[in-house]
Amino acid sequence: MVEPVLEIRDLRKTFGALKATDSVSLDLRPGEIHALIGPNGAGKSTLIHQISGSFRPDSGTIRFLGQDMAGLDMAARARLGLGRSFQISSLAQEFSALRNVMLAVQARQGTSFRFFRPVMSDKSLTEPAMAMLERVGLAGRAYVAAAELSHGERRQLEIAIALALGSRAFLFDEPMAGMGPEGSKALTKFLDGLRHEAPILLVEHDMDAVFALADRISVLVYGRVIATGTVDQIRNDPEVRRAYLGEAA
Amino acid sequence: MSRETIVNILLALLLLAVPLGASAMGEPFYITLATRIAILALAAVGLNIALGLGGLVSFGHAAFFGLGGYAAGILATHAFDGVPLFAGIPGTASMPIIWLVAVVVCGLIALPIGAISLRTTGVYFIMITLAFAQMIYYFAVSWPAYGGEDGLSIYVRNEFPGVNTTQPLSYFLICYAVLMAALGLFWLLRGSRFGAALQAARQNATRLAAVGITPFNVRLIAFAVSAMVTGLAGALFADLNKFVSPSMLSWHMSGELIVLIILGGKGRLFGPVAGAMLYVLIEYALGGITERWQFFLGLILLGVVLFARGGLLGLLAGKVRHG
Repeated sequence: MVEPVLEIRDLRKTFGALKATDSVSLDLRPGEIHALIGPNGAGKSTLIHQISGSFRPDSGTIRFLGQDMAGLDMAARARLGLGRSFQISSLAQEFSALRNVMLAVQARQGTSFRFFRPVMSDKSLTEPAMAMLERVGLAGRAYVAAAELSHGERRQLEIAIALALGSRAFLFDEPMAGMGPEGSKALTKFLDGLRHEAPILLVEHDMDAVFALADRISVLVYGRVIATGTVDQIRNDPEVRRAYLGEAA
Repeated sequence: MSRETIVNILLALLLLAVPLGASAMGEPFYITLATRIAILALAAVGLNIALGLGGLVSFGHAAFFGLGGYAAGILATHAFDGVPLFAGIPGTASMPIIWLVAVVVCGLIALPIGAISLRTTGVYFIMITLAFAQMIYYFAVSWPAYGGEDGLSIYVRNEFPGVNTTQPLSYFLICYAVLMAALGLFWLLRGSRFGAALQAARQNATRLAAVGITPFNVRLIAFAVSAMVTGLAGALFADLNKFVSPSMLSWHMSGELIVLIILGGKGRLFGPVAGAMLYVLIEYALGGITERWQFFLGLILLGVVLFARGGLLGLLAGKVRHG
Protein backbone atom coordinates (compact mmCIF):
# COMPACT_ATOMS: atom_id res chain seq x y z
CA MET A 1 0.00 0.00 0.00
CA VAL A 2 1.23 3.48 -0.79
CA GLU A 3 2.25 5.77 2.03
CA PRO A 4 -0.40 8.46 2.61
CA VAL A 5 0.67 12.08 2.03
CA LEU A 6 -1.37 13.28 4.97
CA GLU A 7 -2.23 11.04 7.88
CA ILE A 8 -4.53 12.10 10.71
CA ARG A 9 -4.89 9.87 13.74
CA ASP A 10 -7.36 10.21 16.58
CA LEU A 11 -7.56 13.99 16.45
CA ARG A 12 -9.59 15.70 19.18
CA LYS A 13 -10.50 19.31 19.74
CA THR A 14 -13.11 20.72 22.10
CA PHE A 15 -14.39 24.25 22.54
CA GLY A 16 -15.88 24.24 26.03
CA ALA A 17 -18.48 21.49 26.00
CA LEU A 18 -18.54 21.26 22.21
CA LYS A 19 -16.61 18.37 20.69
CA ALA A 20 -15.67 20.04 17.41
CA THR A 21 -13.34 17.24 16.43
CA ASP A 22 -14.03 13.91 18.04
CA SER A 23 -11.46 11.19 17.45
CA VAL A 24 -11.03 11.89 13.75
CA SER A 25 -8.75 9.68 11.71
CA LEU A 26 -8.38 10.00 7.98
CA ASP A 27 -5.69 10.04 5.35
CA LEU A 28 -4.97 11.54 1.98
CA ARG A 29 -3.24 9.30 -0.54
CA PRO A 30 -1.15 10.38 -3.53
CA GLY A 31 -3.18 11.35 -6.56
CA GLU A 32 -6.58 11.32 -4.89
CA ILE A 33 -9.29 13.78 -4.10
CA HIS A 34 -10.64 13.04 -0.68
CA ALA A 35 -13.83 14.95 -0.04
CA LEU A 36 -14.94 15.89 3.42
CA ILE A 37 -18.67 16.46 3.67
CA GLY A 38 -21.10 17.00 6.47
CA PRO A 39 -23.83 19.34 7.64
CA ASN A 40 -23.09 22.89 8.79
CA GLY A 41 -21.31 22.91 12.12
CA ALA A 42 -20.01 19.38 11.70
CA GLY A 43 -16.44 20.59 12.28
CA LYS A 44 -15.09 20.52 8.74
CA SER A 45 -13.43 23.92 8.87
CA THR A 46 -12.17 23.27 12.40
CA LEU A 47 -10.45 20.16 11.06
CA ILE A 48 -8.90 22.11 8.17
CA HIS A 49 -7.69 24.74 10.65
CA GLN A 50 -5.96 22.07 12.72
CA ILE A 51 -4.30 20.53 9.70
CA SER A 52 -3.06 23.87 8.40
CA GLY A 53 -1.92 25.02 11.83
CA SER A 54 -4.38 27.80 12.73
CA PHE A 55 -5.75 25.75 15.65
CA ARG A 56 -3.86 23.40 17.89
CA PRO A 57 -5.60 20.05 18.47
CA ASP A 58 -6.13 18.86 22.06
CA SER A 59 -4.72 15.46 21.20
CA GLY A 60 -3.98 13.18 18.28
CA THR A 61 -1.39 13.39 15.54
CA ILE A 62 -1.15 14.91 12.09
CA ARG A 63 1.62 13.61 9.87
CA PHE A 64 2.41 15.23 6.55
CA LEU A 65 4.91 13.53 4.23
CA GLY A 66 5.84 11.34 7.18
CA GLN A 67 6.62 14.28 9.46
CA ASP A 68 4.75 15.05 12.67
CA MET A 69 3.19 18.51 12.42
CA ALA A 70 2.95 19.10 16.17
CA GLY A 71 4.65 22.36 17.14
CA LEU A 72 4.84 23.68 13.57
CA ASP A 73 2.96 26.90 12.89
CA MET A 74 0.99 27.72 9.77
CA ALA A 75 3.96 29.28 7.97
CA ALA A 76 6.19 26.28 8.67
CA ARG A 77 3.54 23.87 7.38
CA ALA A 78 3.07 25.97 4.26
CA ARG A 79 6.81 25.87 3.64
CA LEU A 80 6.69 22.06 3.81
CA GLY A 81 4.09 22.12 1.04
CA LEU A 82 0.69 22.28 2.65
CA GLY A 83 -1.28 24.70 0.48
CA ARG A 84 -4.70 25.84 1.61
CA SER A 85 -7.57 27.97 0.48
CA PHE A 86 -9.87 29.62 2.98
CA GLN A 87 -13.60 29.23 3.41
CA ILE A 88 -13.82 33.01 3.54
CA SER A 89 -11.30 34.37 1.04
CA SER A 90 -8.15 35.53 2.75
CA LEU A 91 -6.08 37.73 0.50
CA ALA A 92 -3.92 40.84 0.65
CA GLN A 93 -6.86 43.02 -0.36
CA GLU A 94 -4.98 46.10 -1.55
CA PHE A 95 -2.60 44.12 -3.73
CA SER A 96 -3.50 43.13 -7.27
CA ALA A 97 -4.20 39.50 -8.08
CA LEU A 98 -0.73 39.30 -9.61
CA ARG A 99 0.97 40.64 -6.49
CA ASN A 100 -0.91 38.17 -4.33
CA VAL A 101 0.49 35.32 -6.40
CA MET A 102 3.94 36.94 -6.55
CA LEU A 103 3.99 36.83 -2.77
CA ALA A 104 3.57 33.07 -2.94
CA VAL A 105 6.31 32.82 -5.59
CA GLN A 106 8.80 34.72 -3.44
CA ALA A 107 7.78 32.66 -0.42
CA ARG A 108 8.49 29.46 -2.33
CA GLN A 109 11.86 30.82 -3.43
CA GLY A 110 12.60 31.75 0.18
CA THR A 111 13.65 35.24 -0.87
CA SER A 112 11.48 37.47 1.30
CA PHE A 113 14.43 39.08 3.03
CA ARG A 114 15.72 40.93 -0.01
CA PHE A 115 15.43 44.63 0.55
CA PHE A 116 16.27 46.55 -2.58
CA ARG A 117 15.40 44.99 -5.90
CA PRO A 118 12.00 46.17 -7.13
CA VAL A 119 9.55 43.29 -7.49
CA MET A 120 7.38 44.67 -10.26
CA SER A 121 10.18 44.52 -12.83
CA ASP A 122 11.49 41.18 -11.56
CA LYS A 123 10.63 38.52 -14.12
CA SER A 124 11.58 35.69 -11.76
CA LEU A 125 8.49 36.72 -9.78
CA THR A 126 6.07 38.12 -12.34
CA GLU A 127 6.38 35.36 -14.94
CA PRO A 128 5.64 32.36 -12.71
CA ALA A 129 2.87 34.34 -11.02
CA MET A 130 1.28 35.23 -14.34
CA ALA A 131 1.54 31.60 -15.45
CA MET A 132 -0.45 30.52 -12.38
CA LEU A 133 -3.12 33.14 -13.03
CA GLU A 134 -3.37 31.85 -16.58
CA ARG A 135 -3.85 28.30 -15.32
CA VAL A 136 -6.84 29.29 -13.21
CA GLY A 137 -8.17 31.59 -15.92
CA LEU A 138 -7.55 34.85 -14.12
CA ALA A 139 -4.78 36.33 -16.29
CA GLY A 140 -7.13 38.99 -17.65
CA ARG A 141 -7.69 40.28 -14.12
CA ALA A 142 -4.03 40.23 -13.05
CA TYR A 143 -3.82 43.94 -12.25
CA VAL A 144 -7.13 44.25 -10.43
CA ALA A 145 -6.92 44.68 -6.65
CA ALA A 146 -8.04 41.59 -4.75
CA ALA A 147 -10.69 43.69 -3.01
CA GLU A 148 -12.28 44.47 -6.38
CA LEU A 149 -12.44 40.90 -7.66
CA SER A 150 -15.74 39.06 -7.66
CA HIS A 151 -16.34 36.40 -5.07
CA GLY A 152 -15.68 33.58 -7.52
CA GLU A 153 -12.54 35.24 -8.84
CA ARG A 154 -11.15 35.44 -5.32
CA ARG A 155 -11.63 31.69 -4.93
CA GLN A 156 -9.74 31.18 -8.18
CA LEU A 157 -7.00 33.49 -6.93
CA GLU A 158 -6.65 31.49 -3.72
CA ILE A 159 -6.14 28.37 -5.81
CA ALA A 160 -3.56 30.14 -8.00
CA ILE A 161 -1.67 31.06 -4.82
CA ALA A 162 -1.72 27.45 -3.60
CA LEU A 163 -0.44 26.36 -7.02
CA ALA A 164 2.36 28.91 -6.97
CA LEU A 165 3.55 27.51 -3.65
CA GLY A 166 4.29 24.21 -5.36
CA SER A 167 2.15 22.54 -2.71
CA ARG A 168 2.56 18.81 -2.05
CA ALA A 169 -1.04 18.61 -0.84
CA PHE A 170 -3.99 20.96 -1.13
CA LEU A 171 -6.56 21.76 1.51
CA PHE A 172 -9.46 23.47 -0.19
CA ASP A 173 -12.25 24.76 2.04
CA GLU A 174 -15.41 25.19 -0.04
CA PRO A 175 -13.73 26.46 -3.20
CA MET A 176 -17.04 26.46 -5.09
CA ALA A 177 -18.97 28.49 -2.52
CA GLY A 178 -20.61 31.48 -4.11
CA MET A 179 -19.70 30.48 -7.67
CA GLY A 180 -22.25 30.36 -10.43
CA PRO A 181 -22.99 27.03 -12.17
CA GLU A 182 -20.57 27.87 -15.01
CA GLY A 183 -17.78 28.68 -12.56
CA SER A 184 -18.40 25.51 -10.57
CA LYS A 185 -18.28 23.41 -13.69
CA ALA A 186 -15.00 24.98 -14.82
CA LEU A 187 -13.46 24.61 -11.39
CA THR A 188 -14.60 20.98 -11.15
CA LYS A 189 -12.82 20.25 -14.40
CA PHE A 190 -9.72 22.06 -13.18
CA LEU A 191 -9.56 20.21 -9.85
CA ASP A 192 -10.06 16.93 -11.68
CA GLY A 193 -6.73 17.44 -13.42
CA LEU A 194 -5.02 18.96 -10.40
CA ARG A 195 -5.15 15.77 -8.33
CA HIS A 196 -2.27 14.34 -10.38
CA GLU A 197 -0.08 17.22 -9.27
CA ALA A 198 -0.87 16.86 -5.60
CA PRO A 199 -3.71 15.21 -3.68
CA ILE A 200 -6.60 17.36 -2.53
CA LEU A 201 -8.53 17.30 0.71
CA LEU A 202 -11.72 18.98 -0.39
CA VAL A 203 -14.40 20.42 1.86
CA GLU A 204 -17.39 21.13 -0.33
CA HIS A 205 -21.15 21.52 -0.13
CA ASP A 206 -21.74 21.24 -3.87
CA MET A 207 -22.69 17.53 -4.03
CA ASP A 208 -22.56 17.36 -7.82
CA ALA A 209 -18.94 18.46 -7.67
CA VAL A 210 -18.15 16.09 -4.80
CA PHE A 211 -19.68 13.06 -6.51
CA ALA A 212 -17.97 13.94 -9.78
CA LEU A 213 -14.54 14.46 -8.27
CA ALA A 214 -14.03 12.43 -5.14
CA ASP A 215 -12.06 9.21 -5.10
CA ARG A 216 -13.11 8.81 -1.50
CA ILE A 217 -15.52 10.66 0.75
CA SER A 218 -15.49 11.03 4.51
CA VAL A 219 -18.68 12.14 6.22
CA LEU A 220 -18.29 14.27 9.32
CA VAL A 221 -21.23 14.67 11.72
CA TYR A 222 -20.89 16.34 15.15
CA GLY A 223 -17.12 16.16 14.90
CA ARG A 224 -17.02 12.40 14.16
CA VAL A 225 -16.25 10.63 10.92
CA ILE A 226 -19.30 8.39 10.55
CA ALA A 227 -18.23 6.86 7.26
CA THR A 228 -15.36 6.82 4.76
CA GLY A 229 -15.60 5.19 1.38
CA THR A 230 -16.00 5.52 -2.36
CA VAL A 231 -18.80 7.57 -3.86
CA ASP A 232 -21.01 4.49 -4.25
CA GLN A 233 -20.33 3.26 -0.74
CA ILE A 234 -21.24 6.62 0.72
CA ARG A 235 -24.35 7.04 -1.40
CA ASN A 236 -25.61 3.67 -0.20
CA ASP A 237 -24.58 3.93 3.41
CA PRO A 238 -27.79 3.93 5.46
CA GLU A 239 -26.30 5.90 8.33
CA VAL A 240 -25.04 8.59 5.99
CA ARG A 241 -28.40 8.78 4.27
CA ARG A 242 -30.13 9.24 7.58
CA ALA A 243 -27.64 11.71 9.04
CA TYR A 244 -26.85 13.85 6.11
CA LEU A 245 -27.84 13.09 2.56
CA GLY A 246 -31.43 12.51 3.55
CA GLU A 247 -33.92 12.30 0.71
CA ALA A 248 -31.70 14.32 -1.60
CA ALA A 249 -29.45 11.37 -2.46
CA MET B 1 4.88 60.67 -14.44
CA SER B 2 2.15 60.00 -11.93
CA ARG B 3 0.50 62.79 -10.01
CA GLU B 4 2.07 61.53 -6.82
CA THR B 5 5.57 61.74 -8.31
CA ILE B 6 4.96 65.33 -9.33
CA VAL B 7 3.66 66.23 -5.88
CA ASN B 8 6.70 64.54 -4.32
CA ILE B 9 9.14 66.47 -6.49
CA LEU B 10 7.38 69.75 -5.71
CA LEU B 11 7.50 69.04 -1.99
CA ALA B 12 11.20 68.18 -2.19
CA LEU B 13 11.95 71.37 -4.15
CA LEU B 14 9.87 73.51 -1.81
CA LEU B 15 11.73 72.23 1.22
CA LEU B 16 15.01 73.03 -0.52
CA ALA B 17 13.94 76.42 -1.87
CA VAL B 18 12.79 77.95 1.43
CA PRO B 19 16.15 77.88 3.23
CA LEU B 20 18.03 78.84 0.05
CA GLY B 21 15.79 81.87 -0.28
CA ALA B 22 16.00 82.62 3.42
CA SER B 23 19.77 82.44 3.24
CA ALA B 24 19.84 84.86 0.31
CA MET B 25 17.64 87.27 2.26
CA GLY B 26 19.67 86.86 5.44
CA GLU B 27 16.89 85.25 7.47
CA PRO B 28 18.61 82.38 9.32
CA PHE B 29 15.51 81.70 11.41
CA TYR B 30 13.70 80.20 8.44
CA ILE B 31 16.69 77.99 7.71
CA THR B 32 16.41 76.56 11.21
CA LEU B 33 12.71 76.08 10.69
CA ALA B 34 13.33 74.15 7.48
CA THR B 35 16.03 72.08 9.17
CA ARG B 36 13.54 71.20 11.89
CA ILE B 37 11.08 70.11 9.21
CA ALA B 38 13.70 67.96 7.50
CA ILE B 39 14.70 66.24 10.75
CA LEU B 40 11.14 65.63 11.95
CA ALA B 41 10.29 64.32 8.49
CA LEU B 42 13.28 61.96 8.70
CA ALA B 43 12.11 60.65 12.07
CA ALA B 44 8.65 60.12 10.64
CA VAL B 45 10.05 58.37 7.54
CA GLY B 46 11.51 55.89 10.01
CA LEU B 47 8.20 55.42 11.80
CA ASN B 48 6.43 55.22 8.45
CA ILE B 49 8.28 51.96 7.72
CA ALA B 50 6.72 50.31 10.78
CA LEU B 51 3.41 52.19 10.85
CA GLY B 52 2.72 52.97 7.22
CA LEU B 53 4.03 49.83 5.54
CA GLY B 54 3.71 47.32 8.37
CA GLY B 55 0.66 48.69 10.17
CA LEU B 56 2.60 48.60 13.45
CA VAL B 57 1.37 51.56 15.47
CA SER B 58 4.43 52.11 17.62
CA PHE B 59 3.70 54.63 20.33
CA GLY B 60 7.28 54.37 21.51
CA HIS B 61 9.40 55.72 18.68
CA ALA B 62 10.46 58.66 20.85
CA ALA B 63 12.69 56.09 22.55
CA PHE B 64 14.74 55.77 19.38
CA PHE B 65 14.59 59.48 18.58
CA GLY B 66 15.91 60.21 22.07
CA LEU B 67 18.50 57.43 22.03
CA GLY B 68 19.89 58.86 18.79
CA GLY B 69 19.95 62.27 20.45
CA TYR B 70 21.76 60.96 23.50
CA ALA B 71 24.25 59.09 21.33
CA ALA B 72 25.17 62.45 19.78
CA GLY B 73 25.13 64.29 23.11
CA ILE B 74 27.16 61.75 25.06
CA LEU B 75 29.81 61.22 22.37
CA ALA B 76 30.16 64.97 21.87
CA THR B 77 30.46 65.63 25.62
CA HIS B 78 33.23 63.07 25.99
CA ALA B 79 35.04 64.47 22.99
CA PHE B 80 34.74 68.02 24.38
CA ASP B 81 35.93 67.05 27.87
CA GLY B 82 38.61 64.69 26.61
CA VAL B 83 37.39 62.00 29.01
CA PRO B 84 37.12 58.50 27.52
CA LEU B 85 33.66 56.86 27.43
CA PHE B 86 34.79 53.58 28.96
CA ALA B 87 37.72 51.20 28.55
CA GLY B 88 39.74 53.97 26.97
CA ILE B 89 37.31 54.53 24.06
CA PRO B 90 37.24 58.27 23.35
CA GLY B 91 34.19 60.35 22.49
CA THR B 92 33.90 61.87 19.05
CA ALA B 93 32.66 65.04 17.42
CA SER B 94 32.49 63.45 13.96
CA MET B 95 28.93 63.24 12.70
CA PRO B 96 29.37 60.15 10.51
CA ILE B 97 30.69 58.16 13.48
CA ILE B 98 27.95 59.54 15.75
CA TRP B 99 25.31 58.60 13.20
CA LEU B 100 26.70 55.09 12.93
CA VAL B 101 26.64 54.70 16.70
CA ALA B 102 23.09 56.10 16.91
CA VAL B 103 21.84 53.75 14.20
CA VAL B 104 23.54 50.66 15.64
CA VAL B 105 22.41 51.39 19.19
CA CYS B 106 18.81 51.94 18.07
CA GLY B 107 18.83 48.75 16.00
CA LEU B 108 20.21 46.71 18.91
CA ILE B 109 17.68 48.11 21.36
CA ALA B 110 14.78 47.84 18.92
CA LEU B 111 15.33 44.11 18.43
CA PRO B 112 14.48 43.01 21.99
CA ILE B 113 11.76 45.68 22.35
CA GLY B 114 10.25 44.55 19.05
CA ALA B 115 10.63 40.86 19.87
CA ILE B 116 8.56 41.32 23.03
CA SER B 117 6.09 43.92 21.70
CA LEU B 118 5.34 42.02 18.50
CA ARG B 119 3.90 39.14 20.52
CA THR B 120 0.93 41.45 20.94
CA THR B 121 -1.22 43.31 18.43
CA GLY B 122 -3.57 46.28 18.32
CA VAL B 123 -4.01 48.31 21.47
CA TYR B 124 -1.65 46.05 23.43
CA PHE B 125 1.13 46.69 20.95
CA ILE B 126 0.56 50.44 21.27
CA MET B 127 0.68 50.22 25.06
CA ILE B 128 3.72 47.97 25.30
CA THR B 129 5.79 50.14 22.97
CA LEU B 130 4.72 53.14 25.04
CA ALA B 131 5.78 51.32 28.21
CA PHE B 132 9.24 50.57 26.86
CA ALA B 133 9.72 54.17 25.77
CA GLN B 134 8.65 55.46 29.17
CA MET B 135 11.12 53.10 30.85
CA ILE B 136 13.93 54.64 28.82
CA TYR B 137 12.56 58.12 29.51
CA TYR B 138 12.64 57.62 33.27
CA PHE B 139 16.05 56.03 33.02
CA ALA B 140 17.36 59.19 31.32
CA VAL B 141 15.64 61.43 33.86
CA SER B 142 17.24 59.62 36.77
CA TRP B 143 20.75 59.25 35.36
CA PRO B 144 22.72 62.25 36.66
CA ALA B 145 25.93 61.49 34.75
CA TYR B 146 24.40 62.91 31.55
CA GLY B 147 22.34 65.72 32.96
CA GLY B 148 19.33 63.77 34.18
CA GLU B 149 16.24 65.90 33.99
CA ASP B 150 18.19 68.97 32.90
CA GLY B 151 19.48 67.39 29.74
CA LEU B 152 22.85 67.65 28.13
CA SER B 153 24.30 70.52 26.12
CA ILE B 154 26.46 70.11 23.07
CA TYR B 155 28.79 73.09 23.25
CA VAL B 156 29.94 73.11 19.66
CA ARG B 157 27.96 71.50 16.88
CA ASN B 158 29.60 68.25 15.79
CA GLU B 159 31.73 68.15 12.66
CA PHE B 160 31.19 66.78 9.22
CA PRO B 161 34.24 66.29 6.94
CA GLY B 162 34.58 69.21 4.55
CA VAL B 163 31.52 71.12 5.79
CA ASN B 164 31.26 73.99 8.23
CA THR B 165 28.34 72.66 10.23
CA THR B 166 27.99 75.81 12.32
CA GLN B 167 26.61 77.59 9.26
CA PRO B 168 22.82 77.10 9.31
CA LEU B 169 22.51 76.52 5.57
CA SER B 170 25.30 73.94 5.51
CA TYR B 171 23.70 72.07 8.36
CA PHE B 172 20.34 72.21 6.62
CA LEU B 173 21.87 70.72 3.49
CA ILE B 174 23.34 67.85 5.49
CA CYS B 175 19.95 67.10 7.04
CA TYR B 176 18.22 67.46 3.69
CA ALA B 177 20.63 65.03 2.05
CA VAL B 178 20.10 62.49 4.83
CA LEU B 179 16.33 62.89 4.48
CA MET B 180 16.51 62.30 0.73
CA ALA B 181 18.68 59.21 1.27
CA ALA B 182 16.15 57.88 3.80
CA LEU B 183 13.32 58.50 1.36
CA GLY B 184 15.30 56.57 -1.24
CA LEU B 185 15.69 53.72 1.23
CA PHE B 186 11.97 53.78 2.01
CA TRP B 187 11.14 53.71 -1.69
CA LEU B 188 13.42 50.75 -2.35
CA LEU B 189 12.17 48.91 0.70
CA ARG B 190 8.54 49.42 -0.24
CA GLY B 191 9.05 48.03 -3.74
CA SER B 192 11.20 45.08 -2.69
CA ARG B 193 10.30 41.51 -1.78
CA PHE B 194 10.67 42.40 1.86
CA GLY B 195 8.34 45.35 1.34
CA ALA B 196 5.77 43.10 -0.32
CA ALA B 197 5.85 40.74 2.64
CA LEU B 198 5.66 43.63 5.11
CA GLN B 199 2.68 45.23 3.41
CA ALA B 200 0.98 41.85 3.17
CA ALA B 201 1.52 41.44 6.92
CA ARG B 202 -0.44 44.66 7.41
CA GLN B 203 -3.23 43.72 5.01
CA ASN B 204 -3.66 40.10 6.05
CA ALA B 205 -1.18 38.33 8.31
CA THR B 206 -3.00 35.00 7.95
CA ARG B 207 -2.50 35.12 4.21
CA LEU B 208 1.20 35.77 4.69
CA ALA B 209 1.52 32.80 7.04
CA ALA B 210 -0.46 30.62 4.65
CA VAL B 211 2.13 31.15 1.92
CA GLY B 212 4.86 30.21 4.38
CA ILE B 213 6.27 33.57 5.46
CA THR B 214 6.27 34.10 9.23
CA PRO B 215 4.78 37.55 9.87
CA PHE B 216 6.70 37.99 13.13
CA ASN B 217 10.12 37.85 11.44
CA VAL B 218 9.13 40.36 8.79
CA ARG B 219 7.67 42.76 11.36
CA LEU B 220 10.65 42.49 13.65
CA ILE B 221 13.12 43.45 10.92
CA ALA B 222 10.86 46.31 9.86
CA PHE B 223 10.59 47.54 13.45
CA ALA B 224 14.38 47.55 13.82
CA VAL B 225 15.01 49.34 10.50
CA SER B 226 12.30 51.82 11.40
CA ALA B 227 13.96 52.49 14.78
CA MET B 228 17.35 52.98 13.14
CA VAL B 229 16.08 55.70 10.80
CA THR B 230 14.28 57.48 13.63
CA GLY B 231 17.44 57.22 15.75
CA LEU B 232 19.47 58.89 13.04
CA ALA B 233 16.97 61.74 13.04
CA GLY B 234 17.42 62.03 16.80
CA ALA B 235 21.17 62.48 16.41
CA LEU B 236 20.59 65.26 13.87
CA PHE B 237 17.97 66.89 16.12
CA ALA B 238 20.40 67.01 19.05
CA ASP B 239 22.96 68.72 16.85
CA LEU B 240 20.39 71.19 15.54
CA ASN B 241 19.43 72.31 19.04
CA LYS B 242 22.91 71.68 20.46
CA PHE B 243 20.99 70.16 23.31
CA VAL B 244 19.45 66.84 24.23
CA SER B 245 17.03 66.23 27.08
CA PRO B 246 14.62 63.52 28.24
CA SER B 247 11.81 65.39 26.47
CA MET B 248 13.07 63.86 23.22
CA LEU B 249 12.21 60.48 24.79
CA SER B 250 8.80 61.40 26.14
CA TRP B 251 5.51 60.06 24.88
CA HIS B 252 4.61 63.51 23.53
CA MET B 253 7.34 63.03 20.98
CA SER B 254 6.01 59.57 20.03
CA GLY B 255 2.58 61.08 19.56
CA GLU B 256 3.99 63.94 17.50
CA LEU B 257 5.60 61.48 15.09
CA ILE B 258 2.33 59.61 14.66
CA VAL B 259 0.51 62.92 14.10
CA LEU B 260 3.04 63.87 11.40
CA ILE B 261 2.33 60.66 9.54
CA ILE B 262 -1.45 60.94 9.84
CA LEU B 263 -1.34 64.57 8.65
CA GLY B 264 0.86 63.73 5.69
CA GLY B 265 -0.64 60.38 4.68
CA LYS B 266 0.47 57.08 6.14
CA GLY B 267 2.43 54.66 4.02
CA ARG B 268 3.05 57.39 1.42
CA LEU B 269 6.63 58.09 0.41
CA PHE B 270 6.37 61.84 1.01
CA GLY B 271 3.67 61.62 3.68
CA PRO B 272 6.14 62.36 6.48
CA VAL B 273 7.57 65.32 4.57
CA ALA B 274 4.16 66.85 3.93
CA GLY B 275 3.16 66.11 7.53
CA ALA B 276 6.28 67.69 9.01
CA MET B 277 5.85 70.79 6.83
CA LEU B 278 2.26 71.20 7.88
CA TYR B 279 3.01 70.53 11.53
CA VAL B 280 5.93 72.95 11.84
CA LEU B 281 4.00 75.55 9.86
CA ILE B 282 0.99 75.28 12.15
CA GLU B 283 3.25 75.39 15.18
CA TYR B 284 5.01 78.49 13.87
CA ALA B 285 2.03 80.37 12.46
CA LEU B 286 -0.46 79.65 15.24
CA GLY B 287 2.19 79.45 17.96
CA GLY B 288 2.90 83.14 17.32
CA ILE B 289 -0.75 84.02 17.86
CA THR B 290 -1.72 81.81 20.76
CA GLU B 291 -0.09 79.58 23.32
CA ARG B 292 -2.91 77.14 22.73
CA TRP B 293 -1.96 76.39 19.14
CA GLN B 294 -2.22 72.68 19.83
CA PHE B 295 -5.97 73.11 20.18
CA PHE B 296 -6.07 74.14 16.53
CA LEU B 297 -3.69 71.33 15.60
CA GLY B 298 -6.23 69.02 17.23
CA LEU B 299 -9.00 70.47 15.10
CA ILE B 300 -6.97 70.02 11.93
CA LEU B 301 -6.11 66.45 12.90
CA LEU B 302 -9.76 65.76 13.55
CA GLY B 303 -10.61 67.10 10.11
CA VAL B 304 -7.96 64.93 8.48
CA VAL B 305 -9.07 61.78 10.28
CA LEU B 306 -12.76 62.39 9.53
CA PHE B 307 -12.64 63.78 6.01
CA ALA B 308 -9.22 63.12 4.50
CA ARG B 309 -8.02 59.71 5.64
CA GLY B 310 -5.19 59.76 3.15
CA GLY B 311 -3.77 62.93 4.74
CA LEU B 312 -2.30 65.80 2.79
CA LEU B 313 -0.84 63.47 0.18
CA GLY B 314 -4.18 61.76 -0.26
CA LEU B 315 -5.70 65.16 -1.02
CA LEU B 316 -2.93 66.20 -3.40
CA ALA B 317 -2.17 62.94 -5.15
CA GLY B 318 -5.20 60.68 -4.77
CA LYS B 319 -5.37 57.11 -3.51
CA VAL B 320 -2.44 54.77 -3.01
CA ARG B 321 -1.74 52.63 -6.04
CA HIS B 322 -0.14 49.23 -5.71
CA GLY B 323 1.17 47.53 -8.83
